[in-house]
Amino acid sequence: MATEILMPALSPTMEEGTLAKWLVKEGDTVVSGDIMAEIETDKATMEFEAVDEGVIGKILIAEGTEGVKVNTAIAVLLEEGESADDISAAPAEKAAPAAAAAEAPAPTAPAKAAAPAAPKPDLSPDWPEGTETKKQTVREALNTAMAEEMRRREDVFIMGEEVAEYQGAYKITQNLLEEFGKKRVIDTPITEHGFAGIGVGAALGGLRPIIEFMTWNFAMQAIDQIINSAAKTLYMSGGQMGCPIVFRGPNGAAARVGAQHSQDYAAWYAQIPGLKVVQPYSASDAKGLLKSAIRDPNPVIFLENEILYGRSFDVPVMDDFTVPFGKARVWREGTDVTIVSFGIGMTYALEAAEKLAEDGIDAEVIDLRTLRPIDYDTVIASVMKTNRCVTVEEGWPVASIGNHISATLMQRAFDYLDAPVINCTGKDVPMPYAANLEKLALTSTAEVVDAVRQVTYR
Amino acid sequence: MAARKTTSKSNASAEELKAFYHDMLLIRRFEEKAGQLYGMGLIGGFCHLYIGQEAVVVGLEAAAKDGDKRITTYRDHGHMLACGMDPNGVMAELTGREGGYSRGKGGSMHMFSTEKHFYGGHGIVGANVPLGAGLAFSDKYKGNDNVTFTYFGDGAANQGQVYETFNMAALWDLPVIFVIENNQYAMGTSQQRSTSSPDIYHRGEAFGIPGEMVDGMDVLAVRDAGQKAVDHCRAGKGPYILEIKTYRYRGHSMSDPAKYRTREEVQKMRDEKDAIEHVRDLLLTGKHATEEDLKAIDKEIKKVVNASAEFAKESPEPDPKELWTDIYTDIAPQNA
Repeated sequence: MATEILMPALSPTMEEGTLAKWLVKEGDTVVSGDIMAEIETDKATMEFEAVDEGVIGKILIAEGTEGVKVNTAIAVLLEEGESADDISAAPAEKAAPAAAAAEAPAPTAPAKAAAPAAPKPDLSPDWPEGTETKKQTVREALNTAMAEEMRRREDVFIMGEEVAEYQGAYKITQNLLEEFGKKRVIDTPITEHGFAGIGVGAALGGLRPIIEFMTWNFAMQAIDQIINSAAKTLYMSGGQMGCPIVFRGPNGAAARVGAQHSQDYAAWYAQIPGLKVVQPYSASDAKGLLKSAIRDPNPVIFLENEILYGRSFDVPVMDDFTVPFGKARVWREGTDVTIVSFGIGMTYALEAAEKLAEDGIDAEVIDLRTLRPIDYDTVIASVMKTNRCVTVEEGWPVASIGNHISATLMQRAFDYLDAPVINCTGKDVPMPYAANLEKLALTSTAEVVDAVRQVTYR
Repeated sequence: MAARKTTSKSNASAEELKAFYHDMLLIRRFEEKAGQLYGMGLIGGFCHLYIGQEAVVVGLEAAAKDGDKRITTYRDHGHMLACGMDPNGVMAELTGREGGYSRGKGGSMHMFSTEKHFYGGHGIVGANVPLGAGLAFSDKYKGNDNVTFTYFGDGAANQGQVYETFNMAALWDLPVIFVIENNQYAMGTSQQRSTSSPDIYHRGEAFGIPGEMVDGMDVLAVRDAGQKAVDHCRAGKGPYILEIKTYRYRGHSMSDPAKYRTREEVQKMRDEKDAIEHVRDLLLTGKHATEEDLKAIDKEIKKVVNASAEFAKESPEPDPKELWTDIYTDIAPQNA
């Protein structure tokens, strides 16, 4: 059957082009791969090859013609035994349904004029009342969480720099080598990009890796594997291939380690669909959230803090204590203002609340705990009660978690706000080394107190 | 067709040769059809055709056994067909339709099949190399004897993470075969202009990884080299490098005018080195098949390819609700 040869699209954006030159003439026999014509696109002159074999029956568009639309018939190809007379019978190939996308119903605009949904916060306690607790450091809590999960599942292993024989650069993996052996507690060379990728591959292969970065600063070498490989594969594979992996390590400023070792990645990773992002403050959260992270079938970013490692908190004595993602914790109830924070920012938030209480300002303090998913409902319900909000984090101010909370409050609780939301953040500078400058670059309890005074007009 | 000097004496059976002919021709005809659908606007974005390189994947798949894994970069259609993925599902993914392997959400560069142990289809040059070593790590951890074929190009061979991976793969004896498909052009940059030493297979020496160069236009040579590499890996001796010299006839992607090489260079490869013509010669001169037999294979492939194109056109676009699915899973994946 005679077929029409159509003007091809030769780039992702080409709509029309110039038929610069015919390299075949009517009556020529062509086979697959033969170059038939030269076509000029907006970017280049391209050679146009034959796909089917046959005889050029008729050339419909003369060479030199400009503005030939994609999918216009430019020639007719005859099969063996056909003559040019059959051409009129040639069926026109249906043009590409390029317009199909346009016909799809437009997605509904988000939150279109509809009344914002009423928040439904889950304020249940993390462990049953009356449960025995003991003091544990964040370091011990993280260590116990990993050991418990490694006992629970054979396919959980930990890999990173100095995690095994050195017992962890920050001693988070202490004694794990002894208990689980070198098959499951693996020292890597200093090669973040490489071992992050090997970890993702192992997860795609059905294991449950915990990848420790000595600090999150070094994970920037590996960020392509975290985002392009770990976060996106489930989606790109149409749900076939999940990546159950935990990337963990200390994040944010430690003390006097300068610009390249002091950065909070909360907002960076919280932006990525496909990742879950956790930043615990207390030891019980460190333990319960890390156990949840290791069990989660999705890639989890677990942002710890070196300064918090040595702090002690109450941890419940339970056989299997976990904390779910997407559930904030209200550390302190109050009526005058809502302070929202996470990670080490909670230190400033809680200290500020104490100071404010001395002056009769009653602050409610919320620890987000996970930044993806975020527990919006607990924050919104609180702000509907207090009508004022201050956010606290150590990261930079532009496109911060505080910015996102502020925008969400505008959309879902606009009528409840009696003052603009203030974001207390790290300053918009690389971290300096000098002790006095470093202090200035971080946010502080005094700044939080000051912000609360501004939003409460007191 | 210009006669090609048949250098390798065939030690393959008629059945094996016919299977090679079939599998390579399927890839070529499929790719030609994909190019045509791209020209019609049915396939969008980037589309990288495998035409010319067919012997690489077909030869190596002959050395694979059930449970072996494979992962590659974005010139991936041939790899998927060679490991037995359904042409309909691949073509429908190219057109971004519901019937595609990723239900239209991956496209040409991002396709996967847990069933066939095909782990992509990766858009970032070099990034699949540590992933492949990680897949091999998972097999070693589980204690089976599967291997992972990790394909990348001469261009990717200059990425730093490749050498990070060589180091760890050798250190931990991972059962991974690094297959460097050297088609001599990293997009538009020839190997001479991008690579300080021409023999990429030597680059494992610094890590103690054995490597060899293979004629990638000779499917039997590829099969034999593949078997050797697979035996090495299965025996627990660690990684192996195969630098397979091949040639892509088409541009880097559909929108590449390929001005960095002459038309004569391409034509010479097609006339003198074509891998499919090579096997065709072996079949005919060895009296393993008649012209008629081969015509029947051609016809059957044409039917399969045309059916895949029809399927890919008829399959509906994904439901708008699909925008919001597969971002997270509640189910522990069964990837292994």
